[in-house]
Amino acid sequence: MRARLQNSIWGVAAWIAGIIFVFPVIWMVLTSFKQENVAATNPPSWFFAPTLAQYTQVFDRNITPFLLNSLMASIFSTILVVLLATPAAYALSLRPVAKWSDSLFFFITTKMMPAVAAFLPVYLLVKHLGMLDNVWTMVILYTSMNLPLAVWMMRSFLLEVPREVLEAGEVDGAGLITSIRKIILPIVSPGLAATALICFIFAWNEFFLAVNLTATNASTSPIFLVGFISSEGAFLARLCAAATIVSLPVLIAGWVAQNKLVRGLSMGAVK
Amino acid sequence: MRRAPLLPALIFAIIITQVPFLYTLYLSTLSWNALRPGDKPFVWFDNYITVLSDSRLRSALVNTVVLTAGAVIFSLILGLLFAVLLDRKFLGRGIVRTMLITPFLVMPIAAALLWKHALFNPTYGLINGLFGGSTDWVSSYPKAAVITTLVWQWTPFMMLILLAGLQSQSHEVLEAAKVDGANAWQIFTKMTLPHLRQYLELGALLGSIYLVNTFDAVFSITQGGPGTATTNLPYEIYLTMFRKFEYGEASAAGVIVVFLTIIVATFALRVISGLFKVEENR
Repeated sequence: MRARLQNSIWGVAAWIAGIIFVFPVIWMVLTSFKQENVAATNPPSWFFAPTLAQYTQVFDRNITPFLLNSLMASIFSTILVVLLATPAAYALSLRPVAKWSDSLFFFITTKMMPAVAAFLPVYLLVKHLGMLDNVWTMVILYTSMNLPLAVWMMRSFLLEVPREVLEAGEVDGAGLITSIRKIILPIVSPGLAATALICFIFAWNEFFLAVNLTATNASTSPIFLVGFISSEGAFLARLCAAATIVSLPVLIAGWVAQNKLVRGLSMGAVK
Repeated sequence: MRRAPLLPALIFAIIITQVPFLYTLYLSTLSWNALRPGDKPFVWFDNYITVLSDSRLRSALVNTVVLTAGAVIFSLILGLLFAVLLDRKFLGRGIVRTMLITPFLVMPIAAALLWKHALFNPTYGLINGLFGGSTDWVSSYPKAAVITTLVWQWTPFMMLILLAGLQSQSHEVLEAAKVDGANAWQIFTKMTLPHLRQYLELGALLGSIYLVNTFDAVFSITQGGPGTATTNLPYEIYLTMFRKFEYGEASAAGVIVVFLTIIVATFALRVISGLFKVEENR
């Protein structure tokens, strides 16, 4: 009885913490359905006639190309990352090359280097090649940004493939392709999906490279948000609408993949 | 032959990250302002001397440490609290967990703008709206405003890592301690915290690696101000590069940041490889 009561007190505490923590997001969504004059009141308005006016405004202001650029940069870089990282992770786990741990740590050190430190040469090269403001530039840079994460994550998933099964397959005469298709892929495909989702999230949210390397043609959705506020007067509700739109894909992806999130973010160190 | 699957990724990473860094090393020895066309004389270590004796860079360094440490420490504490709450069964646990990770999923620049305009704003922000007063949070407490936003976004990350740590505790051992008469606090401080130590370290170090690079929040909440109160190294280098066009100095500052990160990273690698061994022995 006492234990039960105690548990429900903890439960209530957890609920309160959760609600407080998520509240700014709820507030953002609520505000996005307000008229501007209702959004900027003090004390805050809780009851109001919801309107889609802000969403219409945001689309009128042409958010679509920004969203498409983000989608392209994120999807293509994710595909490229997975294509590069999976074979590399294979060579660092199931069939380890000599000095595999050196290569593994090399990948993670590239992640530790602050983006600003190596940014100037990248900027100069991109400019020299005439590739500024080009989505494919972003694809390549996001690929390199996510590569270490993906290698570590895929390696941790590949390590879960039981050696015995692989060896049994080899004894039975299964070639590399067969064992990849019949043994490895079915086991690691949830991990592959999680890796892809996390790379997608990071690419979608990236701001520093996007703000410095894109101008009009290749700007991604974070840039839309920034450009938006500098040119507006009363804009809170519209800002919230835009912020809700650009955050939505990642919110959904993250909710779906939440069980795998921790493993990706800790580069496979925590399960 | 065994190496073949590794090579594309390895070569790609070297070309995109290492070669530019070597070039940064070279640029850091040139006196090069992009607004001044023509010559870029080789000046040995002048840029390093300029940058290291520049009070702006020193204050940026201090700000980086304060912002990073503040955000990491507070998000670790909150994350631990939430992880402990989530570690027990209660009605709607899945929903609460989803609510608690949501801030991490909001686009960082959107989160920063949300806090700045919808919450911190002195006239119509939610904080003053709920609690009264007319404090201009961002200009009165710029560092705290940036840290709050970062803590809000990074607590879920810490929570997830620590929750994984809590759930990897052996239940039999905890039960045995209970049977032996240990109370909840004793179990927490004597058993759970030591068990969590490597997870706390991992969270702190990964959090630092990500947060040292904080750019979005500074860029959009304070623009590094007021004055240089919240200008951290990434933002300072950005200003040197794209406002002052001092390419040589920006490169030197970048190289210094890399060396500082290497120091932190050495610790990080030790922790991560420690976790590795645990995993391998399991």
